[in-house]
Amino acid sequence: MSLKDMIDRLLGRPEKNPRGVARDRLRLVLMQDRSALPASTMELIRKEILQVLAKHIDIDENSLDVSIERADGGVALIANIPIRNMRADGPAS
Amino acid sequence: MSETCRVIVITSGKGGVGKTTTTANIGAALANLDEKVALLDTDIGLRNLDLALGLENRIVYDIVDVVEGRARLRQALIKDKRNPNLALLPAAQTRDKSAVSMRQMQQVVEDVKAEGFTFILIDCPAGIEQGFKNATAGADEAIVVTNPEMASVRDADRIIGLLEAQELRNPMLIVNRLRPKMVKAQEALSVEDVQEVLGSSVRLLGIVPEDDAIITSTNRGEPVSLADGSMSGQAFRDIARRLRGEDVPFLDLEEKTGIFDRLMQFFSGKR
Repeated sequence: MSLKDMIDRLLGRPEKNPRGVARDRLRLVLMQDRSALPASTMELIRKEILQVLAKHIDIDENSLDVSIERADGGVALIANIPIRNMRADGPAS
Repeated sequence: MSETCRVIVITSGKGGVGKTTTTANIGAALANLDEKVALLDTDIGLRNLDLALGLENRIVYDIVDVVEGRARLRQALIKDKRNPNLALLPAAQTRDKSAVSMRQMQQVVEDVKAEGFTFILIDCPAGIEQGFKNATAGADEAIVVTNPEMASVRDADRIIGLLEAQELRNPMLIVNRLRPKMVKAQEALSVEDVQEVLGSSVRLLGIVPEDDAIITSTNRGEPVSLADGSMSGQAFRDIARRLRGEDVPFLDLEEKTGIFDRLMQFFSGKR
């Protein structure tokens, strides 16, 4: 244990010891490993998101990109959806 | 044979975590408990289990010779010089993993079963390729060996998923090479940490501390579980007893702490 760790402990600061760091990194990486979905499932998710959004927004179907990425504190489904035009008649607008 | 035979594959994903040492030690300990044990080295091309057992000079035929009909199973099975209850079917050293198919491996396991063993332990090669698939194909149960370290736990997690896909559910877990001092100092992952990240589908079978005695005993070709006086040997003997259904408490690996350690614990509020 370094002197800095000791001081952190004495002052009650949340510590970032090697064990805690390893545990956090491992949790994240396993979450990511386990969430690897088959390509066919990802394609299905992409299509269904498109169907829902197309009711309200004019989107560029070909550039809709869906992926699972590691984010702060967890794993996130990221969808990048370029919009052509907001539909004036849509219930959302 | 009226007696049942348990076929257990010992696997890890990552190499170098102690699969072969674990296989040799649990096998030797089970044989000392009067079980009839066959050890199968399926790491074809990278034969090592013979060294862990000190049987390297007695190999005439190997598993590929049996599969390809050059030898009968009984000719290839080597009886341990210390305990006739223990036998080894060695891997071939000059061939590769493609020399045996999954179906052939299953047949070998069936033939070994017919010899009246009560335990068959299959030492699986590292990796998740064909060698892994072959080694797991004939098994009914699985032991996953991991070290309390990120890469091997990650690989263990992957292996657990692959075992499930092969209908080998709820594998048993051995945490090998634990360093209690480092865990206590918050420097290394604990057994609880490993269990927590791997989830509740695995059952903890044993905790083996890092131990110099493993190196010296392997150098002699004598499994450490055969001699008294080492923590790792005791841990492997306990694992063998748990495998037979006995309720054996886990070893207390905490070392006796001196006044300085106690002061540190006092200051850190961790007792």
